[in-house]
Amino acid sequence: MSTVNDFIKSEIDSQDVVLFMKGTPVFPQCGFSSQVVQILSYLGVQFKGVNVLESDDIRQGIKAYSDWPTIPQLYVKGEFVGGCDIVREMFEEGELREFLAEKGIALEVA
Amino acid sequence: MAMDAKEIETLIREGIADAEVRIEDLAGDGDHYAAYVTSPIFKGKSRVAQHQLVYKALKGKMGGDLHALALHTSAPKD
Repeated sequence: MSTVNDFIKSEIDSQDVVLFMKGTPVFPQCGFSSQVVQILSYLGVQFKGVNVLESDDIRQGIKAYSDWPTIPQLYVKGEFVGGCDIVREMFEEGELREFLAEKGIALEVA
Repeated sequence: MAMDAKEIETLIREGIADAEVRIEDLAGDGDHYAAYVTSPIFKGKSRVAQHQLVYKALKGKMGGDLHALALHTSAPKD
C-alpha cells in the first residue's frame, strides 16, 4: 500500500497540474473525466493525466489518498482541488481561472 | 446497481444536520442523479469539505451503488 501512496504522491508532485482520470486526455473513457479535460484544455492549462483504469491499485489508492470516492480528481501544486462538479462550478463562476492564476499556473490565451 | 432517490435523500438528511435536500433523477434510469443540498453546517467550509460531508452521509455508496450523483452544496443565505 505504501508503494502505491508513494507513486501517487510522486505523480501529484511531478507537475503543477495533475488529473487522475479514466482514460487519457486524448481519449477520456468517462463523461466526467472528459468534462474536466475539456475545461482545462479550454483554459489552455498544461496538465498531466494519470489513467486510473491502468491500475486498480492507483484507482483505489487515489480515493483513499484524498478521502474522495470518485474519479476524476484534480490536483494543483499538490493540493486537491475537487472532482468534476467542483471543477465545473469553479469554471462556470470564473473562480478556476483566478485560482490557477493565483497558483502561478500559465494559461494560454485562446 | 441502482439506488432509489428517496433512499439518497434519507441518507443525506440523516447524515447532515438541518439539510434541505432536492434530488433530481437526471436520466430516468435510477442511476444518474443530481443532489442539491443546503445546510448551515456548510457555512465557512470549502467545496471539497462540503462534498466530503455529503459523501460521508452516503456511507460509502458514492462510487459504488451510486454511480453518478452530481452534487451542488451550499449554505443557506442569510
